[in-house]
Amino acid sequence: MKKDIILCGVGGQGILSIATIIGEAATAAGINLKQAEVHGMSQRGGDVQSNLRLSTECIYSDLIPQAGADVVISMEPMEALRYLPYLSETGTIVTSSKPFINIPNYPDQEALMAELDAMPSVVKLDIESVAKDAGNARGANMVLLGMAAPHIGILSVEQLRNAIAVIFARKGETIVEANLKAFDSGVAASKN
Amino acid sequence: MKQLLLGDEAIALGAINAGLSGVYAYPGTPSTEITEFIQANKVAKERGIHSRWCTNEKTAMEAALGMSYAGKRALVCMKHVGMNVCADAFINSAITGVNGGLIVLAADDPSMHSSQNEQDSRFYGKFAMIPVFEPSNQQEAYDMVESAFELSEAMKEPVLLRVVTRLAHSRAAVEVGEPKAENPLNIAKESWVLLPAIARRKYAELLDKQTEMLAAAEKSSYNKKEQAAGQKLGIIACGIAYNYVKENVGDNANILKVSQYPLSPKAIKEFASENDALIVMEDGQPVVEEQVAGIVGADYPVKGRLTGDLPRTGELTPDNVAIALGKQAGPAFDTAKNLAARPPQLCQGCGHRDVYAALNQVLAEYPDYRIFGDIGCYTLGALPPFKALASCVDMGASITMAKGAADAGLFPSVAVIGDSTFTHSGMTGLLDAVNDKSNITVVISDNLTTGMTGGQDSAGTNKFEAICLGLGVEPEHVRVVVPLPKNMPEITRILKEEIEYNGVSVIIPRRECIQTAARHAREAKKAKEENK
Repeated sequence: MKKDIILCGVGGQGILSIATIIGEAATAAGINLKQAEVHGMSQRGGDVQSNLRLSTECIYSDLIPQAGADVVISMEPMEALRYLPYLSETGTIVTSSKPFINIPNYPDQEALMAELDAMPSVVKLDIESVAKDAGNARGANMVLLGMAAPHIGILSVEQLRNAIAVIFARKGETIVEANLKAFDSGVAASKN
Repeated sequence: MKQLLLGDEAIALGAINAGLSGVYAYPGTPSTEITEFIQANKVAKERGIHSRWCTNEKTAMEAALGMSYAGKRALVCMKHVGMNVCADAFINSAITGVNGGLIVLAADDPSMHSSQNEQDSRFYGKFAMIPVFEPSNQQEAYDMVESAFELSEAMKEPVLLRVVTRLAHSRAAVEVGEPKAENPLNIAKESWVLLPAIARRKYAELLDKQTEMLAAAEKSSYNKKEQAAGQKLGIIACGIAYNYVKENVGDNANILKVSQYPLSPKAIKEFASENDALIVMEDGQPVVEEQVAGIVGADYPVKGRLTGDLPRTGELTPDNVAIALGKQAGPAFDTAKNLAARPPQLCQGCGHRDVYAALNQVLAEYPDYRIFGDIGCYTLGALPPFKALASCVDMGASITMAKGAADAGLFPSVAVIGDSTFTHSGMTGLLDAVNDKSNITVVISDNLTTGMTGGQDSAGTNKFEAICLGLGVEPEHVRVVVPLPKNMPEITRILKEEIEYNGVSVIIPRRECIQTAARHAREAKKAKEENK
């Protein structure tokens, strides 16, 4: 069994934290993992992505081939579209619905949403509002991870929860609880 | 025990566990995390392993050679272009030879994710005539560090460890061991004085060692051959290319995995004789492909980057390797229609922004000005909205290029350089300009850190005025400003005055990087809470 995931967004939105949590969960579960990240120049407000490969078999390539990703998890709707050629025909896009506009030529939002909605399998949500409602405005990335949890499959929702607790443990109980709450609200939203 | 590690972290931990006594490095993507890991590591701290950042790659290489002279194991880390900076010391370290194990780690950046070129450091290994290791995965990266130290000490030569971005910045589980003891102090007895008479003898010794280095590569467990029944295409897979090949063909191919050099002509000839054609898969430049073509001769078909079977530039991917192996691509979604590029940009609130706003405002009054840029976050001043820079070439080139252009008659000729880049390679150029009384204006945009690579300590912090005065810049033409929008009238006035001054002026806009300022505020808050 394998799951290839592309995590994407804009530098500073917290996709590497999502990657770290999935990585922790996979390691705890004894699942093989490769996770390629982007560091350096692009992190300054540019597009960033991480290729995350999970498998019960040996994983060779650090990069996911085209049409190979089972899930694209995106902190930003246009960034989700950027990786369409990498999405498997049966793959799912899980994305924030709220554009992050830091460029002058951001595409027409209606057309962008229409293109996204035309994809066979899309889950989108205003994760920032959900995070705010959950009392953790900075936890949008955890809401997104919660939304994506049922699609990750190879790891259970419970395994991901445990990983959040482990990763945030050194920041204290309050931070752990806030992130778990954001994650749970994402899981709940994915069921609606 | 297994640990989830970046390729860079695997190298760092491999070095600590192999008995490292010092890492010497200048930050550079994708190599930075190696030194950062060692700086934060508990064992390294307890042992007092040297890990402070160096001023540049040359000082790093030389200090590591000195540690090796004293008998201890040393590691030098840099991005590929850092090899150019330390090349003098690097090439000559092969002539002196080493005492304690010495590894030079070069992190190459095919596809130029964060670099100005995609030079292949394996050329440097061949140039210096020393062994080169090229791991295919994180586990090999960890294991190879100890192997490389052992080989370095056995051969009494430095060893080059070459990785690429996708290995440096990719995480996987790595089986790790326990830290071994450091070497005791054991000062070299023989002369390392490369006077011609000694250098000639030492060079002959290096040439004599080539046979041993080749023998080591030929019996290396990192190099191996996989054979499949009925296959007649031989795939030579170097370093990380092995993964992309295996991703596509599994066990159903003839593969010669190359992860330790020098390349064995015997192994290549044998592999060629077992196949009808060879294809060379290597990330970076066609280093091995050229050698293989020479070994098998013009009549034997060799495919690779030079023949167009793989792209001539850019990194390997599972997709371009699949195409080169003749695999048909399956159906895929087309590229989206509603898509725009999102290039990196200077952070909102960054002091470099105020510097460029001021420069653009003042220089707009002159018809033929140029601003020569340098390497760092502020290179992004070349992009909209500022579009301020005429050039960005290599560390320190802003000052010297501005000088040369001023010598030729360009006015105003302005250099913009960051604080860390200035101490890395800008100081000597400034001395040239002072001695020539060149008509240039140098802006040292000081954010108190090495910003682009994530906020490492900058060697010259708190010393810039003293450095400039020491190099002979006239005191009245060393000006310090605080780059904030509210100070714009003062900054533009000072810029104008110094541009109009016929000679060398240095303006130092100084304000902490907002990323490190935020980090320092968080740390201070945490420390305060812990002290309660």
